[in-house]
Amino acid sequence: MSDVTQMPTPPATASKSVRDRGRGGLRSVLPPLLLGLGLIAAWYGVTYGVLREDRRFLLRAPHEVVNVGFLDWENFSELLGGLWSSGKVAFIGLLLAIIIGVLLATIMSQTKLLEQAVFPYAVTLQAIPILAIVPLMGFWFGFGFTSRVMVCVIISIFPVIVNTLFGLQSVPKGMHDLFTLHQASRLTRLRKLTLPNAMPAIFAGFRISAGLSVIGAIVGDFFFGQGEVGIGQLIQKYAGRLLGEQLLAAIILSSALGVFVFLFFGWLGNRVVGKWSDAEI
Amino acid sequence: MAATKNVELGEVALSFNDIGMTFPDGTEALRGVTFDVRRGEFVTIVGPSGCGKSTLLKIASGLLQNTTGTVDVDRDRLGYVFQDATLLPWRTISKNVELFAELHEVDKNKRQALAQEAIELVGLTGFENHFPKSLSGGMKMRASLARTLTLEPPVFLFDEPFGAVDEITREHLNDETQALFMRKGFAGLFITHSISEAVFMSTRVLVMSNRPGQIVDEYNIPFEYPRKPDLRFDPEFARISGEVSLSLRGAH
Repeated sequence: MSDVTQMPTPPATASKSVRDRGRGGLRSVLPPLLLGLGLIAAWYGVTYGVLREDRRFLLRAPHEVVNVGFLDWENFSELLGGLWSSGKVAFIGLLLAIIIGVLLATIMSQTKLLEQAVFPYAVTLQAIPILAIVPLMGFWFGFGFTSRVMVCVIISIFPVIVNTLFGLQSVPKGMHDLFTLHQASRLTRLRKLTLPNAMPAIFAGFRISAGLSVIGAIVGDFFFGQGEVGIGQLIQKYAGRLLGEQLLAAIILSSALGVFVFLFFGWLGNRVVGKWSDAEI
Repeated sequence: MAATKNVELGEVALSFNDIGMTFPDGTEALRGVTFDVRRGEFVTIVGPSGCGKSTLLKIASGLLQNTTGTVDVDRDRLGYVFQDATLLPWRTISKNVELFAELHEVDKNKRQALAQEAIELVGLTGFENHFPKSLSGGMKMRASLARTLTLEPPVFLFDEPFGAVDEITREHLNDETQALFMRKGFAGLFITHSISEAVFMSTRVLVMSNRPGQIVDEYNIPFEYPRKPDLRFDPEFARISGEVSLSLRGAH
């Protein structure tokens, strides 16, 4: 019983792999960086090469967007206020989508009959054109915060349900046999087997939903104008007044919010399951 | 009955009586399987692929219900080692080894002590806090063995557990399983495709026919434990292996 094999990571290999990772990291950053620079150059090209001077309000040059949108404190603080408001809506909507979605999927995973009954409605919810039910939501929940949150929930709940359900149902048979052999109760099986097994899939769902919740918040801003001013309302205002620099700055900031929540959930997922799972989240 | 010599032979711990199994699709997997395994006996079944060996173990454990015959075994503390290590990837090795005791609601301190003892016994000391993904196939199988050992089972079922590891690791694992058998004196029922492994490990080798699986031959293995690796080069070992091989060819 003393025959212990060595762990499979000798130091030489480890330092080589760190070097390789460093090179790999640079290789993976360089192409998008170069493409980004190319796009900015093209942007300048369109602004100064394609558009006549009196038409340049259609696409202000990048440095003008930075100067007016981000370096002018008055404009920037207005944008930050809008971002904060929409961010809150997205966050609460996502939180509700996560709670309701995980609960619903867990219940569905426990009974085939419930899954068969609920799943078509979950798919229908996903298929509803959100703009079609906006007036109804306004009737029911008013034209403020609650309706905006509801839009976020409707837009972002589907990936949570589908991914959680998939994760809960994809436990290898051998592991189920293990728990059957030891007469594990349904609750024990859920707590100690199916839920932990589903975590990589659940976090992948959260990540997709997080991006969608930001889209939901901005869509909500467009239709529900009461209460705090969100970044969607600012986008409408700037577009209406032909304030090209602020409009582009608002679009960049709202995109940054979407990218941030997407990356945050990727990071969180890797923190929670990355230690043991090979799944890419 | 086999001469185990230095492993004490005890009472019958597992008994198959006229077991038959026909699946709902009409496939007859087993017919009239009857044999006993005593404590201190290590019985191996060899047979062609798909002859019903694994089905027999599943019936013994209660995972499958036989259509005819009866099985006598205490299923509360049955050890079952699967083809795959079936470690839970989100649990560290020590938490994986504790799992069965946890499912049987053993007190936390006691199950930690049981797990530590089992980990030491299979030579995984120092890997307690590692996750399964960082372990080799052989080490995962050791962890799987350790997990089963925490139950101190009187009956151990091995469903071709070392089929997926390389030859050298398989030989090490054979030695280690044999050492566990000598120390614990359980009733072992082992399934393998390897005749050499079957003869090396066992007190008795049963040959199963093609589907529907029936026991067609039985060989008592006379070698004393502990069996050294060079036993595999012994002429008597070669003779018995040859006989088992011939019988297996006839069973196809």
